[in-house]
Formats: sequence, structure tokens, C-alpha cells
Amino acid sequence: MKKISCILAVLAATPALAADTNWGAGADDAAFQAMLKAGFREKGIAKISRLDQDATQAFCSDPRHAVDKDSAKQREKIEAENMATIKWPADGKWLGDWKEGEKIAQSGRGLTSTDKAGDVNGGNCYNCHQISPKEISYGTIGPSLLHYGKLRGMNDETLRYTWGRIFNAKAYNACSNMPRAGHMGIITEEQIRNLMALLLDPQSPVNQ
Amino acid sequence: MRRWNFALVAMTGASLLGAAAAFAQADKSIEGIEKYREALKDGNPAELFEASGEELWKKPAGPNNVSLEKCDLGLGAGVVDGAYAQLPRYFKDTDKVQDAESRVLTCMSTLQGVDVSKYVNANWASPEKDQLNAIATFIAGMSKDKPVKISLAHPKEQQSFNMGRRMFYFEGGPHDFACATCHGQEGVRIRLQDLPNIPTKKGAAAGWTSWPAYRVSSGQMWGMQWRLADCFRQQRFPEPIYGSDVTVALSMYMAATSNGAVMATPGIKR
Repeated sequence: MKKISCILAVLAATPALAADTNWGAGADDAAFQAMLKAGFREKGIAKISRLDQDATQAFCSDPRHAVDKDSAKQREKIEAENMATIKWPADGKWLGDWKEGEKIAQSGRGLTSTDKAGDVNGGNCYNCHQISPKEISYGTIGPSLLHYGKLRGMNDETLRYTWGRIFNAKAYNACSNMPRAGHMGIITEEQIRNLMALLLDPQSPVNQ
Repeated sequence: MRRWNFALVAMTGASLLGAAAAFAQADKSIEGIEKYREALKDGNPAELFEASGEELWKKPAGPNNVSLEKCDLGLGAGVVDGAYAQLPRYFKDTDKVQDAESRVLTCMSTLQGVDVSKYVNANWASPEKDQLNAIATFIAGMSKDKPVKISLAHPKEQQSFNMGRRMFYFEGGPHDFACATCHGQEGVRIRLQDLPNIPTKKGAAAGWTSWPAYRVSSGQMWGMQWRLADCFRQQRFPEPIYGSDVTVALSMYMAATSNGAVMATPGIKR
């Protein structure tokens, strides 16, 4: 009895932990779906269908899936599915213009409810990554990409890996925080080429 | 107020112009903004919104021509003092968990006879939303320095907390963003903006206890409803409906996780 009341006391003191089980997918699904349906409305280009999750989004909406051992097989499956979506440059041309790439990396615009259809989207890169040493206003959610090309060298493996990672980051890490920029149509193949140049061109400030 | 905006723009502009300099400068500009924020605390323009919110609270209005002074915010009809620190909570009359803002809508409807759909559907920068933000600022100000005290004793309160937590991790949209994408790690930032790690008590407190807040960059007063809506906009989600269960659930998750932290309302932001 003492043990029980002790546990209850702990639960009462830490409501955040009281519900550690029974809160994710599988628990109260109907109520959650009803809440979503009643809670949002379309605005501009941001339609309600954006709440329809694909398999990757549904899987990664449980934070335990990103790390727990039991989910390793599922993570591999998700990564393989995303790998299959990657479109490689048709003409074998990997690198564009790093100056254009810098502009794309700087821009965080596009696809919000207040953006217009047909607007040019940005890559959002500096929001999360350090890239050029000239830009001190960078985020830290993603790793630093300073000296990216200089550190890795320009070989086929690096070119392919970097392209793939920009096109669909979830092919390499199932629940990466990084958007699937190519796969989801956020940026175009031409924009990816320019970002590739920003990271890999020896003339790019990134590699100075 | 306009002058202050200009000062901040000039300050951040100046720090961006010097972007070629070393990283130490990044820390310096954050420090500068912090200092500026500290200085502004002595004269937070939010006080003006608190005053107009109090006026709106006490003024007879609506078809019934009565004030909101009899509104029950959870501590009994008419008790505003300390009420915000104990919201969201379950209300028997609506059989719902409500935050301060959705509760005010209920009182406007039941006491004053106001058709609140006009207020729900109005744009963010509109006279209707200005009123709601001012009232929320007044209510929150009356909980300044009080500890957050959220109960999950009622099953619907527990359910709201669970749903809010699930929503926090819910990925969607073209960018696969969830709240957790930016607010689920310790010590990270977007550009130079530090991000609270909401699942921790400290992070939840940083996210919860300083809203409603006056936003210097836009010269606007934002309640938590507006704050959440702008998060979802940046997540590339459709728009959350003002006062909807999903917004209340997210507030419930944040507020309960910050239990015991001290309310610092109204806040002031960049």
C-alpha cells in the first residue's frame, strides 16, 4: 500500500510523465483524428490534405521510433522506400552555380499559407546549418557544413551522397529533421545543382 | 512604439551588416538583443494592452449589454486573479477543456450574447482579434508571478494533455515538420533565435510562461493562440482554428509540463 501511494505521489508530482504510455498512435486514434479535422482549415495554398501523412511521416510522429532498437528494421524499410524516390541528375551534371546556391540557401520562403502558388521556394538551409563563413546568422539544428567540399573531396561517392541527401534526407536517416527537398517538390533539380555547387565547388566560399 | 521598432531594426541590421566578422560576433548580437529586451522590460508596451483589456472586460457590451465581469475562468464567477496560471482546465458547463482565450469566447457568447464566429474567423491583425488579445493580456497579467498550476485530475484534462503531446510530435506538410522538429532538442537555434526544448520543464516554461507577449518586430500583441497559429504557418500546415481543441491541447501539454514555473506575463519578444 505504501508503495502504491508512493507511486501515486510521483505521478501526481510529474504530470508530464504520468502519461508516458498510451498517448501516441494507437491510443485514442478516433479522437485524435476528430481533433485534427475540427481543428484546422485550409488557408491559401495550405490545404487540409497536408495533414494526410505518408508512411514516413506517420512512423516518425512517434519520437521513440527514431531511436529504439525494436524499430531498427522499420527504419531500414523507411530509408529504402525513400532511397527509391531519388531522381539522379539525368545528364550527369552535378554542379551548378554556387552564387545562385547561396541565394537558395539564404531563402526560407515558400509553401506557407501566406505564400502564393508558383512563388520560387527557398532551401531554408541557413535556418539549420552553418554553410558559408560569411554568414554568421545560421541555425544549429543540422550539422555545420563549413568546408564541406574541402573536407570530403570531390569524388563520385561524395557527389552522389550529397545529391541524395538534399533530394531526400530520409533515405539516409529515416526520421531526420531535414525536409525531403527534392522528393516533396520544395526545390527543383536546377536549384539542387546550385546548392551542390555551394557545398562542393572549390571556388565557393564554403571551401575557402 | 514605432521608435522602438526602428531601434531594433537598426540594431539587428547593423549586426547583420558586419556579417563578415568572426563567430564571436554572433554571440555579441544575441547579447545585444538580450540587453535591449532587458531594457524594454521597464516599459513593456504590453501594459497598454493590459489596460485596454481590462476596460473591455468591465465594459457592458453585446446584445445583452453586460460586461464579462461575471465570467468564470475556473476559480469562480468573476475571479481573474491567478486564473490564467491554472488554465487550461476542464469546465463543466461546456464539458470541455479550455484555455483563457477559448473561455473568453464562451463568456462572450453566454453572458453577452455575442455571435463569436465573427471573432473566431477574423484575421489575426483585425479589431476583433485585437480585442481578444487585449482581454487575454489583461487576464494573463493578473497571474504575473504566480506559479503554473495545472491539474490533470479530470479524464478530459488528461486526454487533452495526451492529445497535445501527440500533436506536438505530429509530422506533416511538404516539409515533414512537427513542433518537435524545432522544439524537441536542447540548445539549438534557427538562425540566431534560440529554441525552447518544450518536452522539458525548463523549455515548456520558456514556451508557456511569457505569452501573451508584445512583439517588438511587428509592434503587435500576441496571445498563445496567435503564437501557435504562426508556428503552424511556418510548419507549412493549414491554419489552426482559433480556440479549437487542438490548440488548447498543445497549450495543455506545454502548461502542464511547465507546472511550478512562475508566470512572467505579459512578456516581450524580439
